[in-house]
This record gives sequence, C-alpha cells and structure tokens, in this order.
Amino acid sequence: MQPDITDEQHQTMTLEAFADTIVPGEKRFPGDVAVAGAAPGGGAVAAGALALLADPATGIANDLGAFADLLNEHARKYIAEHGLTTDPALPPLVGLSFAHRTTLIQQLTGPDHPEKEFWILVALFSNMAFDTGAHLHTADAMAAGHPGLAAMGFARPGPDGLWRFPDYSYGRPLANLHPSTTASGSPS
Amino acid sequence: MNAVEKVDVLVVGSGFGGAIAAYHLAAGGASVTVLERGPWLEGEDFDHDFKLGSSYTRIFDFVVGDGMSLLGGNCVGGGSVVYFAAMPRAPRFVFERHGSIGRRMWPAAITRDALDPWYDRVTESLPVTRQDWSDVTYSGGLFAAACAHAGRTANPVPVAIDASKCTNCNWMMAGCRFDAKRSLLFNYLPAAIAHGATIRPMHEVQKLTRNADGGYRVHFNIIDDSDYRITAGDGVIDAKIVILAAGAGATPVILQRSEPELGTMPHAVGRYFSGNGERLNTAILNEDRVRDLLGLEKADGVPYAASQIGKGPCVASWDRLDGSRPEYTRYSLEQLYFPPGFGTILAQVPDATGPSWFGAEKKEIVKRWQSWLTIFAMTEDDNEGVFGPPPPTGNATRISQQMLGKGPIRYDPTPNTLRGWALADADVKDIMERDGLSRVMPWTNDVVGAYTVHPLASCRIGDDPATSALDDGHELRGHPGIFVTDGSAVPGALTVNPALTIAALAERAMPGIVRAARERGIDVTYGAPAPDGATSARNAVLALVRD
Repeated sequence: MQPDITDEQHQTMTLEAFADTIVPGEKRFPGDVAVAGAAPGGGAVAAGALALLADPATGIANDLGAFADLLNEHARKYIAEHGLTTDPALPPLVGLSFAHRTTLIQQLTGPDHPEKEFWILVALFSNMAFDTGAHLHTADAMAAGHPGLAAMGFARPGPDGLWRFPDYSYGRPLANLHPSTTASGSPS
Repeated sequence: MNAVEKVDVLVVGSGFGGAIAAYHLAAGGASVTVLERGPWLEGEDFDHDFKLGSSYTRIFDFVVGDGMSLLGGNCVGGGSVVYFAAMPRAPRFVFERHGSIGRRMWPAAITRDALDPWYDRVTESLPVTRQDWSDVTYSGGLFAAACAHAGRTANPVPVAIDASKCTNCNWMMAGCRFDAKRSLLFNYLPAAIAHGATIRPMHEVQKLTRNADGGYRVHFNIIDDSDYRITAGDGVIDAKIVILAAGAGATPVILQRSEPELGTMPHAVGRYFSGNGERLNTAILNEDRVRDLLGLEKADGVPYAASQIGKGPCVASWDRLDGSRPEYTRYSLEQLYFPPGFGTILAQVPDATGPSWFGAEKKEIVKRWQSWLTIFAMTEDDNEGVFGPPPPTGNATRISQQMLGKGPIRYDPTPNTLRGWALADADVKDIMERDGLSRVMPWTNDVVGAYTVHPLASCRIGDDPATSALDDGHELRGHPGIFVTDGSAVPGALTVNPALTIAALAERAMPGIVRAARERGIDVTYGAPAPDGATSARNAVLALVRD
C-alpha cells in the first residue's frame, strides 16, 4: 500500500507509466511502481520523457493533467473489462502490469481509436525523449550520458559541440552503374 | 491612412519555385518582394542539436494529415535548406505517365528532352555535380555492395553539395553548418537580392484578393519568432503579378482560402496531390555478414555500424526505372539517412511478438541503430491526395510551438499505389535480406499515415482544364497574373527526388512569366545568366525562347 499520493504525483506516475510502455526501462529504485522494469537500462522515463512532455515547446504541456486523467479512465475500464485486481492506492494505469499497459496503449494508438491522435502525440514525445533527448541540448545530453543516445551508440561531438566524420567512405566502387546512366549522372 | 505598399511582383515562398522566380524577375528589372513564412537562418545559425527550438524545429514543418504526413521546409531557402540535396533528373518515362486520368498527364510541350536544357540551367546555377565512389558514405557503399550482391546496379546520385566543405556530419536536415550544401542561400537568393529583391521572413501569406486594376492584394500574417502559433501582426501588399511557391502543402491552401473573394478555383486546386509514392524501409544489418558477404570493413576494423555518418542519400538503384515496365511498377530505391526521432519512431521490429513500433522489442532494435540502413523507395502513386477546407491560418493548425501541425490533407492510397509500395518493399527485402545480410521492415503507416518528404501535384500543370490547375505556362486557370512554380505544379510522382525537376520547371516557366509581366506594364526582360554569372546554360535556352 502506497502512502497518500498527491494529485501531482498521481499525474506524474501515470505519464511515467505511459512513457515507460513506449520505451521501457529498468526500475529506478526499489519499489518503483511507475516504471515496470520490463527492459534493461534506462528507458523513456530515465531519458527525461516527463521533462520533454512538460516543455512548453511541445504544445501539450498544459494538457498533461487531462491526459493523465483520461489515461486512468481508460485503465479503469480496461481493469473492469478484464476482471483484474489492482492496488487501489495507485493510479489505475500504474496498477496494471507491463503486458496490460502495452495492450491498452496498443488499443489507444490503434488506427481506429477515436483518440488515437493525441495518444500518438504523447507516444511520439516519449519516443523522442529516448531517441533524441529533445528537451536537452544534444551536446550536453551526450556529456551527461543520456541513456537513449548512449544506448543507440550516438557518436560524441567534437570539442566545439559539432559532429564531423573524417572517415566516412569505403572509398572504392561497390557496384556497377546502371547501363543507361546519362553524362549528368542521372537516369535516362 | 497609409498607402498600401506596391510592388511589380510578389513571390510567396523562397524555396526553389520562389527563389528562381525572384532572381529572374529582379535581374530582369522588376521590383520583387518575397514573403517567406519561416525564419532566415544561415551558417552558424544551423545547430547540431535535437533540442526543441533549435534550427531543425525552426526550419522544418511536419504536417500530419488524414492518411498522409508531409515534411517540408519552413525558412528562407525553403526545401533547399533542409533537404538532402540529391538532384537526379526524372527518367524519360515519367513524362509519359497517365496516372489516374487515363491519358498523358504532363503538358504535351514537356518531355525529358524538352526539359533537359532547363535541368542544365539549374545544374549550372547551384551547381549540381556527379559524385565519385570516394564521396560515397559507408551507408551508401553498403547499399551499393548489397545491390551488387543481389545482381543489381547502383549509382552514386548527383548532388548539390560542395564535397570539399562537407564533414559528413549528417545534420543536413537542421541546415548545413559548414556551407557545404549548395542551398538557395548561396545562388539564386543572394543574386536576387543583389538585383534589388527584398525577402521578408516570418511573413505567412493567407490569401489573395483582386484589385480593380487587375492586380492582386496579398494578405499576410507576421509570425512570432519562436512560437509559430502566435500572430504578431498582419498586412497587405499590392502586386501586378503573384508567384505562388509556398510548397505543395501550402499553395493550394492559400488558393482555397482566396476562393470566396477571387472566384471559383480550377477543380484541380487542392486535388491530385502526390506524395511522390514514397515509402521507407529499415534494414538492421548483421555486421558479420556485411564483412563475410560483401567484404566490407571500415578503417576501424568494424564492417559497418555507421548509420550516423554521412550526408543523406549517396547511392540509388535504378534497375526498376525501366520505361517498358507497366505504370505503378517502376521505382527507384535510394539509401537514405533520417536522424533519430524522424528516423526511428516509425521503424518496425521484424517478427515482433508485441507492438511493432514501440515497447521492449523496439528498444532492442533501437539499441542497434548504428547498424541500421534506411532505404527510400520513390514509386508511382495515384495522385489520390485531396485537401479539405483550409485551417483558419497557414496550412495547418499548429500543435507545437514549431514544426508540428495538423493539416487538411486526406490520402487514401489506391490499389495501384499499394501495389507499388508492396513491390518496392519486396525488392528491398530481396536485396537486403539475401543470405542473411540483414532483417528488413517497412516503416509503419499506422501512426501518422503514409508520409512524404516530397509533396507534389496539388496545383498541377497540364493541358486538360478538368485535371490541371495551371496551363503549361504555370498560370492559374481563370486567374490571369497568378503563377505557381513550386512542387505543387509537378503533375505527379517522379520516381526520383524531385527538387531538380521542380527547379527546372520553374526555370522553364520564367520566359513566359516575364512576357506576362511585360504585358502588365512591368519593365522587365528575360535573359539573366546563372546567379554566379555563368552563361552557357542561359545561352542554350535563349535559342528556345526567342520568338
């Protein structure tokens, strides 16, 4: 049983559970309930999904409370439909197992769901937190060991914060040219 | 009361269609103002940074429609600033396509041969150069080697890139920090300015109305520098001639919004939209097989693991650009790079047991991102895109402060289009999965619909008034003095990257637009050299346009 959860924590945990379903990660601390621990290494939450979603640049920062409420409403329905028992102290989405969270979010983002558009938007930003760290300057994110960029093996920038790759080519012909190639190098 | 500002020619948009028109008309003596909805960035303004608010979100536009999402430029220089600068000419058969109308959809006057002198003009002006194998990146080389392994040919693509300045940083979509990409910021636009043209960034044209003198009043909003959802002002300019070049995602919207006051628009305004038949596949390479099958190894001893390195597309396979094949079965396959974000979200897990585009299995493939190879198919679609009623302002209802909006385009792919995509997907699989080289999946269309980085044909040229919005001189039917010179004028999918064709069509339209300007009392002549003063391509076309 969790101690009383404030509304703000309720919202944060719900959005964390959503983001963690998009890019799952390991639990941050013993007893972490929002992050399901479904994959090794940091996921969207560790990568800063909540910070990105709350960035005014996304245009959805003011809607996060409503999104969390709506997610929990969908989770409540899902729990009832499937006859599940979850911890009543937790936000309903957080109370679901990773497999059930995944099934629910597949439904919400599926081609026929009437609210698909904004669940996809939240999913896209959750993904971007991991794949690009779009709430951070990328050079800073790299220096701080951003879990997504690090997991992808994104190369480090040079000392001036810019990327350059002096080694870039196998440097030899690797296929025959199309026989009809024109003098300008175009198809004929 | 202030007098309304007047110019000879008002150009809407500063991408290829706008910049080329602005240059020729200004060089010929007309007073020219260019209104550009996006910011004016150059050189050091272009960031290597994924942070929202850095150059890539400022200069890019991502419009999500119903069944189709469009990527386009949003800055001075338009698409040329954000694109990958691949500049092939369209193959001969493209100009003979029938598409959805059952007869040749290009104007009779335009064939590949007829367009070649205009391709030459653009090639000289940017310039466009052939690439050598030593210019080809690891990812391009890998694709070439995979094609050869599958018995196919592969070509380094012609590009508008100065190889001596290129660092292969692969941040081209955020604008080129190193001035290596030969965007319009280095040729037509500075030359237009040198001849007196004015460019106003953050000016988004909303609609046109007609003046009593037969000219047009252009109504614009001024967009906030950082939050594009905010209108910071508005105004009007009167012009004798208007050149619309706001891009295929915006030009028809401006015309639709103008219709109540300008009068009925041609049927084809906002119809026949083509996404250039585009389709993406991601291959996840088996590094050992890259070494064993293809004999490839980088300087560091690793076979590939180099998806981050490069300059967009370097190599394309043109084996299916065969005019003897039936329509809708012809396409090119091109190695491509998309940065994370755009380039990762829609990629799907091969043999997924759960969701294919998110979740634990997706995370596992993303961790192998450096071994990804993106293959871009440009097929023949069916011009099935239709624009719904225009949004209150601009071409989309903006969601985020920058870049992301919801637009009125609807796209429901026909069986022809779906067949082309399926053929291309199967071909990519055949090439890239042969002998266990990689695993391949197409990007999902379930998230943001299909997608295109090359929107076309939403206000197209043609000979048939029922199926084309413009005559073959690019003048809007029924609305003399309005010309459209951007990608929306291209009749249909090109099976290759379209920028050079868009630019060549704009060049081709210029002598006629100059003539129309003279008829409206503008003191202007045609015949400017290339922006750097080169004259060989100009001299070659002068013979074609003299009466």
